[in-house]
Amino acid sequence: MFDLSGRKALVTGASGGIGKAIATALHGAGATVGIHGTRREALDELAGELSDRVHVLPADLSDRAGQQALAEEAEKVLEGVDILVNNAGITKDGLFVRMSDEDWDQVLEIDLTAAFRLTRGLTHPMMRRRFGRIINITSIVGVTGNPGQANYCAAKAGMIGFSKSLASEIASRSVTVNCIAPGFIASAMTEKLNDKQRDSIMGAIPMKRMGEASEIASTAVFLASNEAAYITGQTLHVNGGMAMI
Amino acid sequence: MSETADKVKKIVVEHLGVEESKVTENASFIDDLGADSLDTVELVMAFEEEFGVEIPDDAAETILTVGDAVNFIEKNKAS
Repeated sequence: MFDLSGRKALVTGASGGIGKAIATALHGAGATVGIHGTRREALDELAGELSDRVHVLPADLSDRAGQQALAEEAEKVLEGVDILVNNAGITKDGLFVRMSDEDWDQVLEIDLTAAFRLTRGLTHPMMRRRFGRIINITSIVGVTGNPGQANYCAAKAGMIGFSKSLASEIASRSVTVNCIAPGFIASAMTEKLNDKQRDSIMGAIPMKRMGEASEIASTAVFLASNEAAYITGQTLHVNGGMAMI
Repeated sequence: MSETADKVKKIVVEHLGVEESKVTENASFIDDLGADSLDTVELVMAFEEEFGVEIPDDAAETILTVGDAVNFIEKNKAS
């Protein structure tokens, strides 16, 4: 079950916690992985850990040229991308009434538009090969909203919408498009929370713990597998019961 | 048959998996060759790639038969 031998995957944002875990898990299931990120050192370190079946693909996703170049480079280096995981993302939080155009634009560009361009670049070859898995990492807040994150929530909700459209357009080619919506995942960021903040978060999570990056990764492995062939246009919420949608 | 027509025919046969004999000049992609709307988009993209022409959406809508495709490409391809 869930064997990905011979499959080739591109994971964006693999220099971060969740992206790294996803790349590692796909690799562990047998896939060759292209790891994208902005921090070259972190990518090289991950490539060293994985040792084989790995390609480092740094790119700047903040502009159109970088987005298109990554799609072309990945398709060439991996000799056909079977699994695309759009995981790269940034946040620029601030209250809506004080949110600058720049903070809105940057978040939409990297979290939503980059995913659109990468996916567009890689979808056609997948259609031709009659196989593909597009996995978009959205967020629980794309569905529920979150104060201070109007830009991020808009981008993540946009991702869910575009995934549904694309899923219905290309389902007949055996290419599936799904989203994973993590809740609170333990990371360098959540480690900085004080006890009070931590308690209030735990109060909202029936499982009384944060999720692990590896739990997002295992969901990605499932969606990438042959076993998930009949699942498309869906959003899988991985949040310990924090929101039941 | 022109070289363009030969190439178009080859792309159609490959893409739609139909018998070569069915790919006649008047054959309609959708009605005669069993293409769906996504196939027609893919065919247009394949023609663009093969012949280095740009086929805008409004022109693509008028390409209904194999002959339409050949005519459009012959008129618009870089000489």
